Amino acid sequence: MDIGGTLVKLVYFEPKDITAEEEQEEVENLKSIRRYLTSNTAYGKTGIRDVHLELQDLTLCGRTGNLHFIRFPTHDLPAFLQMGRSKHFSSLHTTLCATGGGAYKFESDFRTMADLQLHKLDELDCLIRGVLYIDSVVSSGPSECYYFENPTDPDHCVQKPYTLENPYPLLLVNIGSGVSILAVYSENNYKRVTGTSLGGGTFLGLCCLLTECSSFEEALEMASQGESTRVDKLVRDIYGGDYERFGLPGWAVASSFGNMMSKEKRESVSKADLARATLVSITNNIGSITRMCALNENIERVVFVGNFLRVNTLSMKLLAYAMDYWSKGQLKALFLRHEGYFGAVGALLELLHPS
Amino acid sequence: MDKSITLPPDEIFRNLENAKRFAIDIGGSLTKLAYYSNVQHKVAKVRSFEHGAEASSDKLYEISVQEEVTPRLHFIKFENAYIETCLDFIRDHLVNTGTKVIKATGGGAHKFKELIERKLGLRVDKEDEMTCLIRGCNFVLRNIPHEAFVYAKHADSEFRFQTTDPDIFPYLLVNIGSGVSIVKVESEDKFERIGGSSIGGGTFWGLGALLTKTKRFDELLQLASKGQHASVDMLVKDIYGGSYGSLGMTGDLIASSFGKSATADKAFSKEDMAKSLLHMISNDIGQLACLYAKLHNLTRVYFGGFFIRGHPVTMHTITYSINFFTKGEVQALFLRHEGYLGAIGAFLKGAEEDNPNQYSWGENYAGSSGLMSVSPDMNPMQRARSGTFDMLEMDRLERQLVNLPLLQDPSSYIPDTMDLTEDAVAREYWLSCFEEALDGVVKRAVASQPDIPEAIERAEKFRQKYRHKLQTLRHQPFAYGSLTVRSLLDTREHCLNEFNFPDPYSKIKQRENDMATKYYQKAVMSLDQLSWEQRQFALVRGVLAGNVFDWGAKAVSDVLESDPEFGFEQAKQQLEERPWLIDSYDQWLERLKGPPHKCALFFVDNSGVDIILGVIPFVRELLSRGTEVVLASNSGPALNDVTNGELQILTERIAAMDPVIQSALTEDRLTLVQSGSSSPCLDLSRLDKVLAQVVRERKTDLVIIEGMGRAIHTNYYARLSCESLKMAVIKNSWLADRLGGKLFSVVFKYEVPAGKATSPDSAPLSPL
Repeated sequence: MDIGGTLVKLVYFEPKDITAEEEQEEVENLKSIRRYLTSNTAYGKTGIRDVHLELQDLTLCGRTGNLHFIRFPTHDLPAFLQMGRSKHFSSLHTTLCATGGGAYKFESDFRTMADLQLHKLDELDCLIRGVLYIDSVVSSGPSECYYFENPTDPDHCVQKPYTLENPYPLLLVNIGSGVSILAVYSENNYKRVTGTSLGGGTFLGLCCLLTECSSFEEALEMASQGESTRVDKLVRDIYGGDYERFGLPGWAVASSFGNMMSKEKRESVSKADLARATLVSITNNIGSITRMCALNENIERVVFVGNFLRVNTLSMKLLAYAMDYWSKGQLKALFLRHEGYFGAVGALLELLHPS
Repeated sequence: MDKSITLPPDEIFRNLENAKRFAIDIGGSLTKLAYYSNVQHKVAKVRSFEHGAEASSDKLYEISVQEEVTPRLHFIKFENAYIETCLDFIRDHLVNTGTKVIKATGGGAHKFKELIERKLGLRVDKEDEMTCLIRGCNFVLRNIPHEAFVYAKHADSEFRFQTTDPDIFPYLLVNIGSGVSIVKVESEDKFERIGGSSIGGGTFWGLGALLTKTKRFDELLQLASKGQHASVDMLVKDIYGGSYGSLGMTGDLIASSFGKSATADKAFSKEDMAKSLLHMISNDIGQLACLYAKLHNLTRVYFGGFFIRGHPVTMHTITYSINFFTKGEVQALFLRHEGYLGAIGAFLKGAEEDNPNQYSWGENYAGSSGLMSVSPDMNPMQRARSGTFDMLEMDRLERQLVNLPLLQDPSSYIPDTMDLTEDAVAREYWLSCFEEALDGVVKRAVASQPDIPEAIERAEKFRQKYRHKLQTLRHQPFAYGSLTVRSLLDTREHCLNEFNFPDPYSKIKQRENDMATKYYQKAVMSLDQLSWEQRQFALVRGVLAGNVFDWGAKAVSDVLESDPEFGFEQAKQQLEERPWLIDSYDQWLERLKGPPHKCALFFVDNSGVDIILGVIPFVRELLSRGTEVVLASNSGPALNDVTNGELQILTERIAAMDPVIQSALTEDRLTLVQSGSSSPCLDLSRLDKVLAQVVRERKTDLVIIEGMGRAIHTNYYARLSCESLKMAVIKNSWLADRLGGKLFSVVFKYEVPAGKATSPDSAPLSPL
């Protein structure tokens, strides 16, 4: 599992090749956990299994089975631990590989509340290993990696599969609550270039304050109905058109939330407009920092991952647009279907091939 | 707009009747107006008497006061609410200006276009904002020595002024207005907007207004300064429980701005949200600035725009961010006159035919408000000041100023020995010292104009003005850049000039020059009778004793005032016996036994005994050794320092008595140049261009600096690329005490730059 600032991501491998003998020897606890996880798609009020991401007939460690992807909010971790305790996870003689900051923060809670020992792993190591693994095992069904064709033309902007062979060097941008930007030169050679605190948590946090929404999905839904140009001050709002002296198009945002300096305009915008403007500011800012890192590191391919992009086509298209437009076509924005789960996958791999 | 506001015309829009060429920069809340005027003021001139009249007078020369005209640039900053009142005032006071056009820039320019045209009858000519900004920035960096500073919130002095590299290019200007523009400036005319961000001051203001229901920008900043961002932001320790060790991230680092507000069931305080927002925006801008600086390989990064504009809160967060993202490799730089850049640039665009960039300009301390802190927390007085007018005046200097070519490292040269901005004890002493000396200066000023009854009234105004400056500096030592003894002296000279006391010491200088000249031949004769070695020592003692005669030092002026017979011989008695406080006389003597110097540049100090009986005999000896000498004296008067004009007459007169001087003058082995300065101190980075040229042509290999103002208050630590000799008598007991000596202690500091040692035992000198 990967315990982040906002979400806990859990991947579970369900062996499908269990023999009758094995079945008999298997303790009842394990059966009941497997049954619980695989027969439900929602757990409690907030746990969700992303069924569409499930990878079937996967061979892991000589066993064939399905890989399940489950998430729940970090603030519900106590409930999860409670469940672990009542279902006697600790009796399974297994090691729980965990990454993300929560692996450190909640280590003692795991021990005291659920009698579980965590095997802690570095989140960036796990992230990279997870990305490379998933990309290598997905062969059927929708392509893991994709990009947007014609990103600057809204009418012809379409999602296209992309093959990540010879992926290096690669800029990997992980947008969770905050953002980490990694330059990856090989599986074991990478560095964290920089990061920014303006990430998914900022989008949701600001949306909650500005619109009184209460979930990421709600915030995204609002954003999809809003109009950011009522909130932002555009170049054309200041210069009447393009600022030719500096090659700035009139539609570019000159000042995010700039119109909100005026009382009248503050009174005329809707919550949806504010949510949209928040989404656009945060996304464009990530795009702009990413582009500078790509230039400084001399890398032309950028892979965006992290749960901020989950069901967030708006942001993905904005990123694809920004990379393409401001680099004059030099930079390519790539996305991965399993967005936020790579850290957890990387942690699972540790269990199979301890490094 | 409130038309009932009355303006204090004495204070602002000075010299409007002589104004020509206007420019205006109208921002979101402040208007900056610029104009050019010719200031009539009095200057003291000296003129040699005709030879025929010589017999009838004891005097060497006559003093006359003449009217002169100096071009001055005026910049006034006021709140937009005052625009109409100000335009009316200008219309009413403007006399026959030939101006038809007013250059305008800034976001508000179009809004007030019609009003300006109607009120002033001038055509508004819009100039590109960014171009104006860059022009203005180049101008202040080039002409104001302490323009740039780094901000250190918790240091003794929050403002640490930087020496500007004479080569100001290339640099990065990060302008944080409602959005952010990042501009790379490579030369006067070559600049490029290399990037920017939409997350800027407008985001702070707009988003801040939405979150806190607080409308005004400075109120938002005030809220932010009281908040705790950790209650709103998700920190590394909120995720990890502590630090993220393997990446070296401390627990207090912000992992996700506003990460904790992603919940519907909790309320957050306005202060905390404002603080979190401030951090988010400052960090983001800082990060982008660093990425651009790195990509373009630039280390000088200046920040400006309304988001910065002297706000300690934002200067601090930006500084923090830059420091974080570059691991201390790049420092965020701010500008004292940041708010004026657009107006200065617009003005320069309109004044191209006058070629303002061809001249050197100097800040007139008497007419400039200086840097004020706008933080209400830091300075409660400041709140009351908003709504008033801030001013900057730049005088065109007669001479173009450049670096002394012999500075070892011009980019690290700092003229001043002591920074009173940082040294609170020294600051207190000198401020009190200058305050106590004020009565004497006023008296002297009145005495210099005995036939003008209203001089008393003017002198009183001078007293008020200078005292007010001293009071300001007590509260805001950073107002005009680093506070130094030099800046205190220069401010006094500016204030004296302001009230038409161009040369209060002219008569004293005249009397002393007359007296000293009479003893010249006798002094030279007795020196000539000494053995070579005795003579070298006597010459040095002569310079030192001569330097005791100084009306600028309070301890001495008291003696001079009470004992007019205080003679040259007595002065020698007062001198400290060797070994002196700083004593490298032995090395100097050894050096003199070697080959002569090619050319010596001598920065002289006082009139009278000092120059005539101390310096000239010393110079005479150098000339006899085969060394050419360049005498550098002040262009304009300061205290009783000898001016170039006076020195011309004095040397002619001495030449008439002394064939050695005579032939040196005729053969051009002795040259007089002006320093370009009118200060009792010496800034080797701002010297007359001609002086620099002469120094280069003559392959100068020795620089002599004499006197407390030039060799101790300034240049004590100056490193030159050739041999140097600094000679001074410490005529201030506090300073003597500071330096471990006593009143009339002697500094004789002979230095040879490393690698150029002429004798193996030229030992390093003890530091001050």
